[in-house]
Amino acid sequence: MVTSVTNFGRNGLSDFLVQRITSVVLLAYFGWLAYVLVAGTDYGQWQALFATTWVRIFSAAALFSLIFHAWIGMWGVLSDYVTERLMGAKGNVLRFLLQLAIGAALFIYMVWGFQILWG
Amino acid sequence: MGIQGDSLVKDTRPVNLDIATIKLPITAYASILHRISGVFLFVAIGVMIYALDLSLSSAEGFASIAVMLDSLPAKMVVWAVLAGLIYHSVAGVKHLIMDMGYGETYEGGVLGSRITFLVSVVMIALAGLWIW
Ligand code: HEM
Ligand code: HEM
Repeated sequence: MVTSVTNFGRNGLSDFLVQRITSVVLLAYFGWLAYVLVAGTDYGQWQALFATTWVRIFSAAALFSLIFHAWIGMWGVLSDYVTERLMGAKGNVLRFLLQLAIGAALFIYMVWGFQILWG
Repeated sequence: MGIQGDSLVKDTRPVNLDIATIKLPITAYASILHRISGVFLFVAIGVMIYALDLSLSSAEGFASIAVMLDSLPAKMVVWAVLAGLIYHSVAGVKHLIMDMGYGETYEGGVLGSRITFLVSVVMIALAGLWIW
């Protein structure tokens, strides 16, 4: 079994499943959001909508899904292109640094999102 | 490592590296676009969260988005974000369908890719109409 310290669930099968489950949550969220926006809304309605508990929970679920989905997805891209095979030993260092930067960006997205929802 | 590189037989066949003459099947374009749109979304989601923040901050913030959306550059940015989201989602659904075991043949992949492109183009055009 292939294991890695920088993937998400420590093995590829769990990453594969998490990637799919989170994609369904994201699809549902963006679909719902598109419906709301196309139907038309004003500030009062929009504000009231995001004050309801279910919308906040749904948004939080989408936010968590985004973090996991993007971590796994970007890990897959990095581990294909930024590698020892293509760049030599510095590929490993660079990939690790990029994964750190991606993690930091996702952390910011998450904190920012929660601040919007509950701040 | 290295095994592919050090072939035992001296290989003198010509190598074609002229990208313009290399033809890939439609499935390859569907696949790489899904990857590119995914990386693009990782950045674009920042724009979306920013817009959400602004829209919920105050009535003025909500109104200023509408004002911003009168400008062509902002329209283009929003359309690009939606296009990336639409393509990645449609191709993502194709992924999920194939993961469930449907259409896992070459012909199935080609058909799936054609449907993916067709549905995406229509939805991206509709999104453009909605913005303008
Ligand atoms: C807006 C947030 C999203 C971001 C930032 C994002 C990002 C990514 C990235 C970077 C990948 C890796 C691509 C690759 O390795 O080629 C990926 C894969 C995937 N995405 Fe998304 N995605 C998002 C939303 C969605 C949605 C809404 C769906 C809907 C179905 C989806 C479905 C998938 C699937 C099924 C995969 C796995 C593809 C594979 O295993 O090759 N994603 N995503
Ligand atoms: C979803 C995308 C965007 C949103 C939600 C957004 C939102 C805003 C908001 C709310 C303001 C403040 C306006 C005010 O207080 O009157 C602003 C200012 C500004 N934006 Fe954007 N913007 C977006 C994209 C862009 C793009 C793509 C550009 C340029 C290519 C741009 C250039 C500017 C400039 C130059 C200002 C300063 C205008 C001024 O102070 O008079 N924005 N934006």
